[in-house]
Amino acid sequence: MSAFIDFFRLAWEIGPRLLDGTAVTLELTAICITSGFIIGLAVSLGRVYGNKFVYGVTTTFVEMVRGTPLLVQLFIIYYGLPDVGILLNPLLAAGIALGINTSAYQAEYFRGAIQSVSTGQMTAARSIGMSRFGAIKSIILPQALRLAIPSWSNELIYMLKYTSLAFTVGAPELMAKAKIIAARNFRYLEVFIIVAFIYIIIVTGFTKVLDYVEERVKIPGLESGK
Amino acid sequence: MEILNVLAGEAPYLFRGLFITIQLLIGLLGVGLVGGVLLAVAEVYGNRLFSTLAVLIQRGLRAIPALVLLFLSYYAMDLPPLLISIIALGLRSSAYQSQIFRGAIQSIKSGQMMAARSMGMSRLQGIWYVVLPQAVRLAIGPWSNEYASETKDTSLAYVVGVVEIMRRSRYIISYTYGNALLIYGIVALVYFFLTRAGNSLLYWLEDRLWVPGFERRS
Repeated sequence: MSAFIDFFRLAWEIGPRLLDGTAVTLELTAICITSGFIIGLAVSLGRVYGNKFVYGVTTTFVEMVRGTPLLVQLFIIYYGLPDVGILLNPLLAAGIALGINTSAYQAEYFRGAIQSVSTGQMTAARSIGMSRFGAIKSIILPQALRLAIPSWSNELIYMLKYTSLAFTVGAPELMAKAKIIAARNFRYLEVFIIVAFIYIIIVTGFTKVLDYVEERVKIPGLESGK
Repeated sequence: MEILNVLAGEAPYLFRGLFITIQLLIGLLGVGLVGGVLLAVAEVYGNRLFSTLAVLIQRGLRAIPALVLLFLSYYAMDLPPLLISIIALGLRSSAYQSQIFRGAIQSIKSGQMMAARSMGMSRLQGIWYVVLPQAVRLAIGPWSNEYASETKDTSLAYVVGVVEIMRRSRYIISYTYGNALLIYGIVALVYFFLTRAGNSLLYWLEDRLWVPGFERRS
């Protein structure tokens, strides 16, 4: 029982400092997922509608990023780029690495969603005089993005968990804070149990919010995904 | 071209690291396979207690980042780093694999189980001899995705001190003063080919194990 009380006292004591780290983790997640969304959408459009050259470039990008570990990508950007004269601070390096990484995965989700919108939609849009670009923007994407929500929410949660890698280059996020705190009080196990709980709470929260969003933007009668 | 000499000299050292990476990979996929099948069977066929327990374990393991799991295991158990990584990453993989196997088990028609039972097989026998052999074949496709993501995640074992390919490349970079871009670029390619080779092997296996007349992933 006293061990229990002790544990909660520790949680209470280090909570505020861990929450500082949590804020950085959430910021990093938000920045990466947004930049990944923009790049990923562009890449997916390149893969579906691009000419041979654009298709080749975007496909190589996606395959290379998805075929190599995030940790290696992070190290290439943080430790490797200084070799060619580009020095980045840890947080920025982590942001870029995670953003590029998630963009490749998001591109694949968007591509799948775009391709599952039936081709008749495009033909119909073109036949009433819309431009190709207009049709993509006003007809295809509004449907495709709705279909992509479930897989996209998985990606968001993956990204949230992968921000923990940023500590390997010294970005001050949740894991880094936990390591510093644990190195001072030598209560490694307990500190990481608290960290695990923080992640579980955030992940559960995100899942609930995204389920709500999916329900909210659903158009009745339009469920070509299933 | 001093760097080429360095690379040629260090290649064996790096490749011994790759060997450790592969050991780790096989170990964690094995733990994940056993754990995953058990969790999936408990979730689908277990009574209320077992299925709730399986779902809770699986959700919890999926919500915690791999790095946190690695550190937790590292400070909770007094074992060699390689074994710790196999356990931590293997448990996490079992949560993901359980979802793959659950999907596969549920896509086997319930008539199969009824037929097995009506022939006098026990429930366990029905699962082992009738449902699982079919489900596992269906699961190979999605399982290859899990293989690819676990291959990449073996690099995380570096943080608890496993001297695998990431850590070895780190050492090489430190004592050759630089060349980080080149060395990590090579490591990236090694992972890329490891992922590709494994996936081709799994596709071949899927083809090989296919029973004519049975359903197949399109």
